[in-house]
Amino acid sequence: MQAITRSIDSFYRFLDSDVYYSFRSSKITMVAAAFTVLSFLAAIFSPWIAPQNPFDPAALDLLDAFTPPVWEGGGNAKYLLGTDDQGRDMLSALLYGARISLVVGFGATIFALVLGVGLGLVAGYVGGMIDGFIMRVADIQISFPTILIALLINGIARGILPKEAHDEMALYVLIFAIGISSWVQFARTVRGSTMVEKNKEYVQAARVIGRRRGTIMIKHVLPNVMGPVLVIGTINLAIAILSESALSFLGVGSPPTEPSLGTLINVGFDFLFSGEWWIVIFPGIVLATLVLAVNLLGDWLRDALNPKLR
Amino acid sequence: MRLKTFVAAGALAAVAAAMPAQGKELKFAFQGSLSSLDPYALNETFTLGFLGNVYEGLVRRGADLAIEPALATKWEVVEPTRWRFHLRKGVKFHNGNAFNADDVVFSANRVRADGSDLKTRIAADVKVEKVDDYTVDFVTTKPNPIIFVEWATWSIMDKEWAEANNAVAPQSVTAGDANFATRNTNGTGPFMVTAHEADVKTTAVVNPNWWDNGAKEHNVSKVTFTPIGSDATRVAALLSGQVDMAYPVPTQDHPRVNDNGGTAMLVGPELRTIFLGMDQHRDELLYSNIKGKNPFKDKRVREAFYRAINVDAIKKVVMRGLSTPSALMVAPAPGINGGDTPSNPAFSRLGYDVNKSKQLLADAGYGDGFEVGMDCPNNRYVNDEAICTAVVSMLAKVGVKVNLNAQPKAKYFAKVLAPKLDTSFYLLGWTPGSFDSWNVLSNLHGCYNKDTGNGKFNLGRYCNPEVDALTDKVLTETDAGKRGGMIKEAWTKTLGDIAYIPLHQQAVAWGVSDKVVVKQRADNQFAWRHVTVK
Repeated sequence: MQAITRSIDSFYRFLDSDVYYSFRSSKITMVAAAFTVLSFLAAIFSPWIAPQNPFDPAALDLLDAFTPPVWEGGGNAKYLLGTDDQGRDMLSALLYGARISLVVGFGATIFALVLGVGLGLVAGYVGGMIDGFIMRVADIQISFPTILIALLINGIARGILPKEAHDEMALYVLIFAIGISSWVQFARTVRGSTMVEKNKEYVQAARVIGRRRGTIMIKHVLPNVMGPVLVIGTINLAIAILSESALSFLGVGSPPTEPSLGTLINVGFDFLFSGEWWIVIFPGIVLATLVLAVNLLGDWLRDALNPKLR
Repeated sequence: MRLKTFVAAGALAAVAAAMPAQGKELKFAFQGSLSSLDPYALNETFTLGFLGNVYEGLVRRGADLAIEPALATKWEVVEPTRWRFHLRKGVKFHNGNAFNADDVVFSANRVRADGSDLKTRIAADVKVEKVDDYTVDFVTTKPNPIIFVEWATWSIMDKEWAEANNAVAPQSVTAGDANFATRNTNGTGPFMVTAHEADVKTTAVVNPNWWDNGAKEHNVSKVTFTPIGSDATRVAALLSGQVDMAYPVPTQDHPRVNDNGGTAMLVGPELRTIFLGMDQHRDELLYSNIKGKNPFKDKRVREAFYRAINVDAIKKVVMRGLSTPSALMVAPAPGINGGDTPSNPAFSRLGYDVNKSKQLLADAGYGDGFEVGMDCPNNRYVNDEAICTAVVSMLAKVGVKVNLNAQPKAKYFAKVLAPKLDTSFYLLGWTPGSFDSWNVLSNLHGCYNKDTGNGKFNLGRYCNPEVDALTDKVLTETDAGKRGGMIKEAWTKTLGDIAYIPLHQQAVAWGVSDKVVVKQRADNQFAWRHVTVK
């Protein structure tokens, strides 16, 4: 009972806060948030709302391939947005594809966040040789384009793993490859904030009363450096979704039997000039809108959390 | 002042004189690259076709694929096991060396040496004897009425040139070796390679001293070949006029090429038969959940697979009408010897029947279906990967779960071909180089024999000794009527065994600019000597 009262309390406090006010006063942000939430829900519930399971070869009928969207001549009410070259319903493929893109995007961002924040915190708080080492590694990595590193890791993982495991492991490999290629931003930001925070009185006080280093880092410093991390995390989510699509477009991402948005674009690309535009255009629109929406949210969050901009 | 004018005029005249009169250039693009210039390095249609413009064999094929004399002017059977070839006199290689019987004997040894991919052109037991400078005898152990049918792609090389440049041994492309002959050419053909950058560009110029220049059809003086891997880019290059001819053009782009002013599609039936093969020799199937046995050894399972595949749907959707479903493993094209008339109603496809297929699987004890891996190239044949994906979904409807492994041809061939044979279910295409059923019976249906090369491309190791006996007889039978009867009998047996699942013959699809006139060959080789540039 007490817990419920407390959460209702904090909900009212949130409604009363500056952050919520700035959210309410930006229409674009509200639209972006609505679209993002909608995509998440669609992705989560896709097995129940999709008209067809596009990953089940037995559900596909080759004779229905290349059906145009329902409003075009030759369209079929069964396939609202048409079908691809294998007779896969585009709407279902989009729902399932967005699900893979989001899972990989989230997975990679969380992986990068945990790794980057951990290393940044240690580097900033401990300093010295450890700081130097972590930051030099970060410098070296940031001098290569993210997508190149993701390609490299992906290629190595495919070389090491046995062929049979490729399809099952494809998503984990993607998450790992994209995650490890984007931890640097987190680490740098957290290190900077940590170095500022560690000299403040509350940290000194905690040290004086004899708390352990790890405890101080996690319980006292970490909550105070998380603001910027949330902003980077949101923007990183958009970048991760794009990276996944780029890798899949290049044919090294999710397997064609379980297409993500990038794989769908890759397949549709072959038919773009020959009149079957819907196979590439719809995944393209969904991908662009999703990334834009997440980016707008990230932008807004940056402004809202920055007291100087208020 | 006057001196200056004089000098300038003189310079202009010199430049004009140095320019070749009316340079007609042919620019073309192909999907794959030319990996080696050694004519024995790779038994692959594009490589053989390209080098067929530079090198020549004792015989050649015309645009209609009829055999014509080339470096041999005539040939005769002296006795049943001795073929005599009379060589053309006065022919010079591109470097000026004279062509004679020594070059033929040398080439016969080189094409059969280790590292050659064309060993089957001349059987290992054939003796090649020089009679005089312009006469060569081929002595066989058994009569062979079709000894020379594959010799249009057996190029004659210059013995002195190969020896001087340390290129006597052929170099295998698959092993990645190279020598002087893989980077340079010295043939007798109508064109000479001037520069070769693998994967980038290859250029050739006309051979002014070609022996057949008197009767030449073409007016090409220079040829530039560019490999363009991406379908969309290749078609764009054709439409924008960067190349005069591009092939293959993907089926979905034919209307675009035709609608574009100045380009048109040239489409004809190809001799290549696309089929599915099944591992019938391992005791336990690879990449399957069935342990301890091999379902494909059971003919009912093979028939169930056959009947589960809707080849008409593949034709309509995947191939967009540009394929001919086939019951036989050879094309029903004119000039192909398939035993009687190949369009014989005696040969027809098993009907598409999902219920029968399920019943057959249940009878064989796989009523709940099973899992099997499938290997498929993704850049070798027309829409190869799309065909495989379609097959996967069709087999899923009868309960068989197929795990598709589609990969580029280089990786694919290294995996499935001998010695590895690392596949349980695969898609492959075959064009009989001799345009004769014997080639297909021996290469794809023969019981594997490492020494004779029998069954070299029989990846599933299908083996029926009766078919083998017939195949041997087909090779040595000289009476055309009897031979046709034997071929027909052999086909009846292999189709009855369901050795393979034939799918279709694909179409040859060339995109051609109206600036050039070309002749399309049904074997998909591009012969520049039939090209005229406007």
